[in-house]
Amino acid sequence: MRVERTTRTALLAVLGICFMTGLAFASVPLYRLFCQVTGLNGTTQRGLVAPGGTDRQIRVDFDANVNPKLPWKFAPENPSDTIAVGARDMAFFTATNTSDRPITGTATFNVTPAQAGKYFTKIQCFCFTEQTLKPGETARMPVIFFVDPKILKDPDAADIQTITLSYTFYPVDSAKNAS
Amino acid sequence: MTDTALNPSAFVAHDAHAHHHDADHKPGFFARWFMSTNHKDIGTLYLIFAIVAGIIGGSVSGLMRAELAEPGIQYLQGWAGMLHGGSASLDESLHLWNVLITAHGLIMVFFMVMPAMVGGFGNWFVPIMIGAPDMAFPRMNNVSFWLLIPAFTLLLASPFFGGAGNGWTLYAPLSTYGEPGPSTDMAILALHLAGASSILGAINFITTIFNMRAPGMTLHKMPLFVWSMLVTAFLLLLALPVLAAAITMLLTDRNFGTTFFDPAGGGDPVLYQHLFWFFGHPEVYIMILPGFGIVSQIISTFSRKPVFGYLGMAYAMVAIGVVGFVVWAHHMFTTGLSVNTKMYFTAATMVIAVPTGIKIFSWIATMWGGSMSFKTPMVWSIGFIFMFTVGGVTGVVLANGGIDDYMQDTYYVVAHFHYVLSLGAVFSLFAGFYYWFPKMSGKMYNEFLGQLHFWVFFIGVNVMFFPMHFLGLQGMPRRYPDYPDAYAHWNYVATVGYMIMAAGMAIFFVNLIWSLIAGKKAADNPWGEGATTLEWTISSPPPYHQFETLPKID
Repeated sequence: MRVERTTRTALLAVLGICFMTGLAFASVPLYRLFCQVTGLNGTTQRGLVAPGGTDRQIRVDFDANVNPKLPWKFAPENPSDTIAVGARDMAFFTATNTSDRPITGTATFNVTPAQAGKYFTKIQCFCFTEQTLKPGETARMPVIFFVDPKILKDPDAADIQTITLSYTFYPVDSAKNAS
Repeated sequence: MTDTALNPSAFVAHDAHAHHHDADHKPGFFARWFMSTNHKDIGTLYLIFAIVAGIIGGSVSGLMRAELAEPGIQYLQGWAGMLHGGSASLDESLHLWNVLITAHGLIMVFFMVMPAMVGGFGNWFVPIMIGAPDMAFPRMNNVSFWLLIPAFTLLLASPFFGGAGNGWTLYAPLSTYGEPGPSTDMAILALHLAGASSILGAINFITTIFNMRAPGMTLHKMPLFVWSMLVTAFLLLLALPVLAAAITMLLTDRNFGTTFFDPAGGGDPVLYQHLFWFFGHPEVYIMILPGFGIVSQIISTFSRKPVFGYLGMAYAMVAIGVVGFVVWAHHMFTTGLSVNTKMYFTAATMVIAVPTGIKIFSWIATMWGGSMSFKTPMVWSIGFIFMFTVGGVTGVVLANGGIDDYMQDTYYVVAHFHYVLSLGAVFSLFAGFYYWFPKMSGKMYNEFLGQLHFWVFFIGVNVMFFPMHFLGLQGMPRRYPDYPDAYAHWNYVATVGYMIMAAGMAIFFVNLIWSLIAGKKAADNPWGEGATTLEWTISSPPPYHQFETLPKID
């Protein structure tokens, strides 16, 4: 009897350990999903159609970065656009491959302030796919987006005057192999 | 085990054989200490291990305080030169600083406080206090201890392979691709092993406490130290697997090209912080809850009164354990959390002050009107209450998301967590050590040296850590070996405090050696009628196997 009871308790404890380990690994996709749904940490949204401009103006600053392991130059054509909330806007970034070999890169992105993430909606973006540049090639890369008018009704976000959209380009075969 | 149960003749034969020995028969030296399955011997091994680790970790902080005594970099380059065999560049010496802070944190948390609290006192006294002959799984207990040795060896060897300078939190991306080389891998593996050791220990404690209590020892009659170990074991069980998973992901990010925390492949370094602190916050309660238990026993013993509000005390620990799991992001207030998230984590964190307050006031109420005697364990316990309250108050300050934006990563935080851990946990460890030393060794410690140790140590740590509040409020950041001249005064004072504290530790070791060699023989119960738990009903030191007939509790 005693042996069975201790074994049962120990097995339950092991079950708890397995559950928590599983939960920790499951947190990776869950966290990504959570960020996408709630716009946590400035995760932007995707949409199809802009709802149309309101009379409230908002400034969008563009920020472009390149991981040191990627030999590209990358910059916005205009440092910022002032647009109507709800209106569609298209902005261009230019990227140049300064190396002598073709390289594929991919861009990560977010917006600050973080609470604007769930209202910043992209219709089309170069960051949705990987980009390959031939040696010395320069490409213009568009992003089409709008700022959801619901932002005006959010007490935490209604007073936002400026949203910064930031991109960082990384080499696709990840940081490990590039060095 | 099944074999024995199915074969009664073998069982009887074994039993008859055992009758040739008394309960105090001990195996030879090697078998006793290297293959031990005896909870008291393993507890002793843990305590020795913790003392050794404490000396190393404490010496590392001595190096840091020496460097911080004056502005500028005085010694680092020389030390780095010694490590590299020759001369070291400035970058190498700055890296050595990172290695030192990392080593100090990891050693003190995983190889000093946890082994001493859980492995040492837990192993020694949980079975005795519940009237059990040993732990539920003695051989697993042995594995728990011996896993710590390779873990500690890996960690201590890592500085010779470049050094892991990630800080004890091992934040990505510094730990994923900021520090190539084997050192960080060694530190991560050391944590894996230490974590596995603690998880096995947790299973053992939970099983022991739930199944091996003596007749009549209901959960609501268990001594508070056992309660504290039960809650701690659950925290270990639920928190450590998350750490193990997180650092496994670090390891694969480092070595196998995964991108769990690397934005280049769609990962997020902030996720690592979430995972780490989901472990890390319960971890701080893992370090302090056994201390709560120890202090409860001691206050009650030396006030000659039962603990005030026993059930409230027990369930306050349960509440601290539960709430401790849902406050982790208060370590991450500056990572860009939304206002609402910060509000939640601020409020939830402050809620912990309620059960903690219940404990503090119940200790005071236990002393109130008691017939108190201020023996060494008691003064350490009262010192604990004082220090922990100071650390708790600064904790409530830091819990505010808005204030934390200013305080994050300053010496104010350093002062806060050293008041609760270095002073709170360590004071309770010393309290427990003096309280149970006569029971464990059969010798009385020297009362004068014990009191002297307390006062020198108490003054030393306060002189060392209290000025860090000022430094932090003035904006001195953590984790730097150098600072502007404006911070020179209080840094110098803190270093003087370290030297006073070190003198206190010297007194401790003198006392320890003196008591082991020439200490008076301890009575079974040296503390008188206030000491009511089961360990005081058996001899000092206890027989090798206690409770051949189980005690009955009414």
